Amino acid sequence: MDPAVELSGAELRRGPRTLWSGLDLQVAPGEFIAVLGPNGSGKTTLLQVLLGLLDLSAGSVAIHGSPPRRGNPTVGYVPQQRALDPLTPLRGRDLVGLGLDGHRWGPGLGGRTRRRERVAEALAQVDALEYSDAPVGSLSGGEQQRLRVAQALVGDPSLLLADEPLLSLDLARQRMVVDLVDRRRREHDTAVVFVTHELNPVLPVVDRILYLVEGEFRIGTPDEVMTSENLSELYRTEVEVVRVRDRILVVGAEESPLHHEEPVEAGVR
Amino acid sequence: MTTTLELLQLDFVRDALIAGGVLALLAGLLGPLVVGRGMAFAVHGTSELSFAGGAGALLLFGAGAVGWGALVGAVLVALVFGALGLAAHERDSVIGVLLSFGLGLGVLFQSLYTGRSANKFGLLVGQIVGIDTGDLVSLAVTGLVVVGVLAVTYRPLLFASLDPTMAAARGVPVRLLSIAFAVLLGATTALGVQIVGALLVLSLLITPAAAAARVTASPLVATVLAVVFAEVAVLGGIVLSLAPGLPISPFVAGIAFVIYLVCRVVGSARTRRRASRTVVPSASEATSTSSQSALASQRPRPRS
Repeated sequence: MDPAVELSGAELRRGPRTLWSGLDLQVAPGEFIAVLGPNGSGKTTLLQVLLGLLDLSAGSVAIHGSPPRRGNPTVGYVPQQRALDPLTPLRGRDLVGLGLDGHRWGPGLGGRTRRRERVAEALAQVDALEYSDAPVGSLSGGEQQRLRVAQALVGDPSLLLADEPLLSLDLARQRMVVDLVDRRRREHDTAVVFVTHELNPVLPVVDRILYLVEGEFRIGTPDEVMTSENLSELYRTEVEVVRVRDRILVVGAEESPLHHEEPVEAGVR
Repeated sequence: MTTTLELLQLDFVRDALIAGGVLALLAGLLGPLVVGRGMAFAVHGTSELSFAGGAGALLLFGAGAVGWGALVGAVLVALVFGALGLAAHERDSVIGVLLSFGLGLGVLFQSLYTGRSANKFGLLVGQIVGIDTGDLVSLAVTGLVVVGVLAVTYRPLLFASLDPTMAAARGVPVRLLSIAFAVLLGATTALGVQIVGALLVLSLLITPAAAAARVTASPLVATVLAVVFAEVAVLGGIVLSLAPGLPISPFVAGIAFVIYLVCRVVGSARTRRRASRTVVPSASEATSTSSQSALASQRPRPRS
């Protein structure tokens, strides 16, 4: 079976800057990969490559054995949590429905029943049926993000890409989103590429980490990647990785948001 | 009353009703997308430039060319707005600049025009006597084209308008649709300028859709309601304007405004009911909802 994602010798340049190069990565079906790194290290750009929105400067990329293409139905996408306008004229089920066929041309008059069923299934998967008729703008950030997950799952993807889906959610809702994604990949063997600032919410479920800093990167299990030596090399400064119970804290990486979230973590524990 | 009934027998009144009906249909179909894209100001800008185009055509080529002038002015400026993309801050200032320039140009053309004065003011405040059979044909063609393009592009257009980030990720050509939508909007605005006048095009393209958005969050229901509201406003406005012999635009705008007020009242009653139904989640959920929406209303909407 083809890997869900296969990057070999992949390189991406933006103007004079090389975001990353020599990237070899295979993501197996059902595998959960977290992509970490400071702002501007090319995490979101990597997702854009996988979505077919951006071409590599060198190397090759394949999704289930074929080149990425826009609107690939086997690829689901969860965007950054961003509050929808309170007056957005959509209900929860409309938002999810757009994820199913919003990119199709034509009036879309056929197959309405089947469409309604699929939308309802996706809503049920994230326990969002009860507010699926409410205007999306009236929902809380956590409820909206649950709809976003349903919107990504409604096309029954075998690869799920998530771009900072936890941003601006509190810890309980972060856990809920991570659990939904984890359940999906266990039940349906969906591969997950999860871009995040914060490792700890996904640490219990993550298989491997891709850590990108300034064109350098490390790939491996959390134990392999999250060491003081590795991160000191990546950040080219003294960085200390500390384990506190089931959490990993990074001290000294000025740009690393892992560092910034320390007070929050301390407050919760 | 008798006067109104007598006037309704006249051919030009019937033509006006047909023209108004087509205009209201297009305005109602496009309105929810205009509101969803936050383009109310762009519509106003487009209508002023359409006025300038119509006034220029009137000056240079006479009354027969007004429709074409209005269409060219509206579509040109709509293309500029569409190509600007949807970055709200920059877009609004560019619209303001072009709007005032177009209005100034239009006033100049009108001052230089020495023909019938009814022709002059018609473009600003609307006129129905000016519609003849030739206009009806071009109106019908425009209407068919707009409806046809909408039928093919509606789903991606809705996606790109309301959820631009996701739409782009799913491969929807967001920028191309932005330009296509601007052209549809320009064509509709140009019709509106000739019927209700440049000053009040908003009362058809914005008010009915804004009213519908207050009472439903379903895109389909919102579109149907917007069409119904726009039809009531235009057809009602034309009929009411007959006996007093006044321009139709105050009546159209007045009816649309009353519909909007009623929808606001109905809508806020509904929101209250929904709020009282869903107090079930924990207190923290409720606080986070209110802080979310407070946040959302302060923040400019993300646009492609």
